[in-house]
Amino acid sequence: MENEVEISVSDLSFYYGKTKALKNISMDIYRNRVTAIIGPSGCGKSTFIRLFNRMNDLVPGTRAEGRINIGGLDILGTGVDVVELRRRVGMVFQKPNPFPKSIFRNVSYGLEVKNVKDKIYIEEMVEEALKNAALYEEIKDRLNDSALMLSGGQQQRLCIARCLAVKPEVILFDEPCASLDPVSTKKIEDLITELKKDYTIVIVTHNMQQAARVSDYTAFLYFGELVEYGISEKLFTVPADSRTEEYLSGKFG
Amino acid sequence: MKNSNISQKAGFFILFLCMFITLFFLGVLLYFIISKGINAISWEFLTSAPSGGMTEGGVAPAIVGTIYLTFGAIVFSLPLGLACAIYLTEYTPDNLVTNILRISINNLAGVPSVVFGLFGLAVFVKYLGFGVSILSGSLTLGILILPGIISASREALTSIPQSFREASLALGATRWQTIRKIVLPASLPGILTGVILSIGRAAGETAPILFTAAVFYMKGYPNSVFSEAMALPYHIYGLMMEGTFPEKQSQIAYGCALILLLMVLLISAIAIYFRQRQRRIYNGK
Repeated sequence: MENEVEISVSDLSFYYGKTKALKNISMDIYRNRVTAIIGPSGCGKSTFIRLFNRMNDLVPGTRAEGRINIGGLDILGTGVDVVELRRRVGMVFQKPNPFPKSIFRNVSYGLEVKNVKDKIYIEEMVEEALKNAALYEEIKDRLNDSALMLSGGQQQRLCIARCLAVKPEVILFDEPCASLDPVSTKKIEDLITELKKDYTIVIVTHNMQQAARVSDYTAFLYFGELVEYGISEKLFTVPADSRTEEYLSGKFG
Repeated sequence: MKNSNISQKAGFFILFLCMFITLFFLGVLLYFIISKGINAISWEFLTSAPSGGMTEGGVAPAIVGTIYLTFGAIVFSLPLGLACAIYLTEYTPDNLVTNILRISINNLAGVPSVVFGLFGLAVFVKYLGFGVSILSGSLTLGILILPGIISASREALTSIPQSFREASLALGATRWQTIRKIVLPASLPGILTGVILSIGRAAGETAPILFTAAVFYMKGYPNSVFSEAMALPYHIYGLMMEGTFPEKQSQIAYGCALILLLMVLLISAIAIYFRQRQRRIYNGK
């Protein structure tokens, strides 16, 4: 399959006050591929993907320069409808953060705030989302139980289902397995591989094995700078930049 | 080793003693009120108006008046205080201006209640022309408890993890939807705690209603928000200070005190029940 560009980042810089956290990043992210962003803690990985759904708007005193083009729209522009954007670009967070509501209400929430009223449609969507998030079989008899009763791994898959129900084009994963055990991590990774058939996926991780396992493309960020970006297999075996090589071999990070 | 053990034991003992002293005084207070007030209470006391020059009959109009005034105060200050707290926590950044606002609100909580009473007299009774009425008294009490409601609501709102807000916004909810559907329901138990404390305060205050709402005696019951009203705290004050038959009247006063105490306890119990129920829902049980 040909690579189609889904997200095009050009000359992107980001500031926390006067600190330049991202430095002139340019890269293309491809449709139906998994792109991993790796790098040491505090290098700007999360900051980077949180620009794709304008989540950094919530942080006062920040400023972005440059362009991020998603589906023909410069999403950093001033007139952009961020609500609409966030429906197109979903996000799964580092810590599972289900709402203190029932399992069903968690998944239907995105439709509820979109003012979807058709009960049958909502039920179908919830079931489909839970199935696609590989959670349905485990919880189908207790959809009305509180989401907080689920295990950490189940909660994270619920958060994925919640995100799928809105039918986004892109899903951003911000270290989705950071607080999960190896078995739950495996399930999430398998799920990501499954989901890329229908979605464009960007995943931040500081687990290099994970990046190697799930991603097609990998970008190495170091102190806000995009050091290297390319096909994962190549980046992990024959890195072009000496800093990438040092990071991969565990010299720092 | 031995020394630290002894000082630990001494520490525990002092803490225990402090707790015991506190409980002791609370117990004495309750015993005092109950033992002196219990004899006054009867069905007639609860349901009829005073008679015989304040030496006989009941205190029903004062009970009703206190309920009206407290209810009015909450109706007025809960929406206003909550809106104010939402605005301050959800819509304004944490900067100098909001800090000054927060400090001002906290200081307002420390203003003596008689000052609120004078304010109510000047603004509601005179300037706005509401007269000595339930409306004036409710508004004055409402302003009195407003800082408490705002502080408690703010605290409840800020205790909601940012991750809930982020999750909601990331799913394409607007800020207002996030507040209404996620933040407010989750912070309801904390807000209710503030309301409980405020109810107790509003029901028991005398000074704010002294010039704005309360009368020592009236015929019948208040029939509109512009009526004046009897109220339990003021009734107690009147019976003890202005009576001509101290013997009989002081017993009625203690009866009133006991009723006031029970009313506040009852309202608190109802609010606590709702708070616990809400907490159970939110903890997933």
